[in-house]
Amino acid sequence: MTDAAPIVARHLTRRYGDFTAVDGIDFTVARGECVALLGPNGAGKTTTIRMVTGFCPLTDGSIHIFGRDIMREPREAKARMGVCPQEDNLDPDFSARKNLVVYARYFGMEGRIAGARADQLLSEMGLAEKARSAIPTLSGGMKRRLLLARALIHQPDLLVLDEPTTGLDPQARHLIWQRVRELKSRGGTMLLTTHYMDEAQHLADRAILMNQGRIVLEGRPAALIAAEAGREVVEVSRPDACVVEFVRGHGWPHEAAADRLYVYDSEGGRVASALAAKFPAMERYARPATLEDVFLRRTGRSLDAAS
Amino acid sequence: MTMRLANVSHRALQVWRRNAEVLLTTWHTNLLPPLLEPVFYVMAFGYGLGGLVEEVTWQGQRLGYLEFMAPGIVAVAVMFWAFFETSYSTFVRMRYQRTFDAMLATPLLVEDVIAGEWLWGATKSLFAGSVMTVMLACFGLVAWPSGLWVPLLAILGGMIFAAMGLIVTALSPNIESFNLPVFLLVFPMFLFGGTFFPLEQLPPWAHNAALALPLTHVCSLIRGACLGVMPPHAAASVLYLVAAVAVLGSIALRRMSRRLIP
Repeated sequence: MTDAAPIVARHLTRRYGDFTAVDGIDFTVARGECVALLGPNGAGKTTTIRMVTGFCPLTDGSIHIFGRDIMREPREAKARMGVCPQEDNLDPDFSARKNLVVYARYFGMEGRIAGARADQLLSEMGLAEKARSAIPTLSGGMKRRLLLARALIHQPDLLVLDEPTTGLDPQARHLIWQRVRELKSRGGTMLLTTHYMDEAQHLADRAILMNQGRIVLEGRPAALIAAEAGREVVEVSRPDACVVEFVRGHGWPHEAAADRLYVYDSEGGRVASALAAKFPAMERYARPATLEDVFLRRTGRSLDAAS
Repeated sequence: MTMRLANVSHRALQVWRRNAEVLLTTWHTNLLPPLLEPVFYVMAFGYGLGGLVEEVTWQGQRLGYLEFMAPGIVAVAVMFWAFFETSYSTFVRMRYQRTFDAMLATPLLVEDVIAGEWLWGATKSLFAGSVMTVMLACFGLVAWPSGLWVPLLAILGGMIFAAMGLIVTALSPNIESFNLPVFLLVFPMFLFGGTFFPLEQLPPWAHNAALALPLTHVCSLIRGACLGVMPPHAAASVLYLVAAVAVLGSIALRRMSRRLIP
């Protein structure tokens, strides 16, 4: 079966009065790909997700979900998508299992098929024992897993995860990641937003970094890290002028925040040993470069630049 | 309106069904009020107030006060059950439970969700109106078979008051702000909609003003059905109510759509 790409967004724009939340961005998500949308608060990720899922009309541009225009054929487009929202909007009037069964009906799934699918998902998400539990009695992590189960009830061809682990404890986060990786290994297509760079590094084949409504960077997480932050980052706390001068003199890429200097090392080990030799008493810390460095380099380390 | 209405599909029934299933899980708390309310009214107004009021004349019929008033409380219930369902309850689903956000991530469109809620509000009127009519019939206060019109009138009235509730929900920034429309809209209808006394008792200007209230016509038609007496200007009342369903329904659909997808 030949089929159009899961997501094709062209010149995607959303304005609120004078404010442009999303400023003419283009992106696609290919079949089997997991794409992470990253960016500080206000970068336009949430608005983008809301447009993709049909919650927010487009000011300009277009989105096609498997070839269906989200504005003109929203039912058909939404039928192939599963959305795991940021906020808990489980139905508190129903048990965990009933939440899934009722939700299945919105997709036209009925009776025994919906019930069987609900039971299967509950056990896959480790919630089989909670099937009859009331929603308010579930922990935050359980609710999130139930939201994920609910998003999968109709076996969608595209899964949209909006900050799937925000506010969860580490155990709950890892449980969600495990489930998402399983879905990925089965060839699932995903679009996710996250504040956690390790999450993007863990799960995404491709990261799209947004800032002020535009895409500033796009690529494989590992490639982005290598290109933008190198292999290693040396952090120096409360650097004095000599250190800054030394780093500048070597032409090493670096960045100064309020009380910290970040020096990016494309080879690894080189900057750290040079600094150790020159300033043996100085407090410093060398670590592998992460997507977080890419993110912070591109969107600014200070709060005012981000907000 | 035509575009919005064209977007309503059979999926609206799934929204209705969700609400119906919630009601069924708590049916005992929902069944008690319409069962007991008529009993309380009969006690208070039949034995209490009724002793002070000799007779009431309506459409040339001389009626005991309880006989006159009883159909009015069915009409009031039709208003309350629909209005409070689509104001407070819909608002809770929209704002606090985020039920509609969850629904909108499926093939359902906003119009399906609104239509489902609207229909559900009218269903609650049908439920309360019917249960209360049966209870009043136990006291010998309902004429048959004309009383069979009551469920139909409850749906018609329910559509109006449910649409009003949806408009209020669409325009209310928070749940506290419901107090104002309740006080300015629902409460005057409760008092001046012909429930407790014949409108002829009012000065002419107030009588005419009361004729503009939808509850006046719902009340008059239900009274006619319960007593087996043709109400005044019955055809005009029905026409007015049908027009009110169309007008208020289209406003509700438009305002709620804008509220859900700004």
